[in-house]
Amino acid sequence: MPFSDDVRARLDADGAQIIGKYPGPRSALLPLLHLVQSEEGYVSADGIEYCAGKLGLTETEVTGVVSFYTMYKRRPVGKYHVGVCTNTVCAVMGGSQILAELREHLGVGDDEATQDGQVSLEHLECNAACEYAPVMMVNWEFFDNMTPASARQLADDLRTGNTVTPTRGPGRLVTWREASRILAGFNDDLATEGPAAGPADLVGLKIAKEHGWAAPEPGPASDQAREPR
Amino acid sequence: MTDTLTPVLTAHWDQPDIFTLDGYRRAGGWQALPKALGMPPEEVIAIVKGSGLRGRGGAGFPTGVKWSFLPQGDNKPHYLVVNADESEPGACKDVPLMMATPHTLIEGAAIASYAIGASHAFIYVRGEVLHVIRRLRHAVQEAYAAGYLGRDILGSGLDLDVIVHAGAGAYICGEETALLDSLEGKRGLPRNKPPFPAVAGVYALPTNVNNVESIASVPSIILNGADWFAGMGTEKSKGFGIFNLSGHVTTPGTYEAPLGISLRELLDLSGGMRGGRRLKFWTAGGSSAGILTDQHLDVPLDFESVAAVGSQLGTRSVQIFDDTTCVVGAVLRWTEFYQHESCGKCTPCREGTFWLVRILDRLEHGQGTEEDIEKLLDICDNITGRAFCALGDSATPPITSAVHYFRDEFMQHHKEGGCPFDPAASTVWGSSS
Repeated sequence: MPFSDDVRARLDADGAQIIGKYPGPRSALLPLLHLVQSEEGYVSADGIEYCAGKLGLTETEVTGVVSFYTMYKRRPVGKYHVGVCTNTVCAVMGGSQILAELREHLGVGDDEATQDGQVSLEHLECNAACEYAPVMMVNWEFFDNMTPASARQLADDLRTGNTVTPTRGPGRLVTWREASRILAGFNDDLATEGPAAGPADLVGLKIAKEHGWAAPEPGPASDQAREPR
Repeated sequence: MTDTLTPVLTAHWDQPDIFTLDGYRRAGGWQALPKALGMPPEEVIAIVKGSGLRGRGGAGFPTGVKWSFLPQGDNKPHYLVVNADESEPGACKDVPLMMATPHTLIEGAAIASYAIGASHAFIYVRGEVLHVIRRLRHAVQEAYAAGYLGRDILGSGLDLDVIVHAGAGAYICGEETALLDSLEGKRGLPRNKPPFPAVAGVYALPTNVNNVESIASVPSIILNGADWFAGMGTEKSKGFGIFNLSGHVTTPGTYEAPLGISLRELLDLSGGMRGGRRLKFWTAGGSSAGILTDQHLDVPLDFESVAAVGSQLGTRSVQIFDDTTCVVGAVLRWTEFYQHESCGKCTPCREGTFWLVRILDRLEHGQGTEEDIEKLLDICDNITGRAFCALGDSATPPITSAVHYFRDEFMQHHKEGGCPFDPAASTVWGSSS
């Protein structure tokens, strides 16, 4: 079913803002797809038609882009989309076991949601948090140093609506649709919440401070360091 | 003698508000941009050249030289693109950097844009890191409000807009020309080179693509001078870099050190192997660099020394595995990753990674033969140098290096009719029980 008039009006206003940011309009396609995903929870045929119409592309061209990127979903996922990293470090440190146990616990496969629509599950490739292996993501926020037990507890809390807090992220978890809207380019007010860095990010700095280690002071010659032109 | 660790990029990460404008200024931030704006752009490029800074995204190309490739005075729009699509297995330096000190990156981007004559800078950040995206956008907003971005920056006449652009999940977009296609709203497929991005990049206009850590290193170089930077590291691999230790070490984490530090030194700092177990294999520069073993503990981690032992410094993503780990299983997971991420544009990579996974899977489950090992090497030989871009070339080193160092273990799977390792023993909880 095509978007209703008020949905379309809202998308048009947001879409114009997105397209206006870019020197070339087609650069707006990835954010526009995040935007329609924030509206419906996934990228539907209507969403594709909408984006194609906005940018003067064919639906085939847009579909080709959607299918290329793993973050666009072609069917509804959960309100909380859970990812388990199973790239080598996380897999070896226990990510494979966590994924297997969560699949069993939730009774879903890759990109499938539980019947209540609360939680869906996906295996992830490396999410740039290897020092915290095994790593999970919920709606693209970090959940570090997971175990099978903490993973099951997390999934249960998400299903029952208990508050969960990302390890390195804001004080509250936004929904999948809200997360998609941020990816489209719209801000919420959570940027200043959460730590600057996690504990593993600071271990080298702590050791350096204990030993009094630092980069050298710039020498007096530093201003002459420029290459002759 | 330079200290063992030299925190520069990470020096203030323990300050709780370092991600804000106030916090960054308190730590001495936003002082390099005014200094750079007081020089002609060529001089900024000369300082970065003189520092010896080499690309921190893996390839190690001299950053200042790359900047100098953009034509001067061509009256065309120029673009800076920051490659913040960090997804190399084992790499976790750029994402924490942007979480903690987004202003360092934005200040570096402003200086780089001035140097190359760009009035638009894009930060192409992978989409799967929501809070990092928030932090970047927040820092960009603060920088505009403070007059560091926007029109006539600090009265210099420089105009600059910075756009934080979220990707949508594709490792290939870390390849710079695939990133540019993706930024143009297309599938992220690598482009033919030449033309190089410096001539025809985003929107077919002159574009410079740099890694996050490269750009973030620029403010310190401008403030402290090229000699200061070049005084750290080795003769050809100058300066400092972030080393990420992950896997079976007592204290995984971030260690910022001069290039040339060894794994032995890093392991000493991190408390050694967990539970005093034996180091079996490790990567110096992410999975794409292939694996090394305990015979390489003293190799200086600089571009030349790591290349001399057949690997790459890459992104300094040090993934460490002890003797509970099955090397065949580890390499199978990496290979599944490359298959998953192959864009499908060229046959060697698309078909090659498909078959590599199938053969490795057979071997891991004890159904392979000696002939399969030869077949693996033959397929690797047909991918390396024949793929369209570096992704194909990156898929083979984990396999060829693993067969080189651990051929017996591949055969052991065959002889025993299955994997001789207990995966539970490698896990975090397996070690403590």
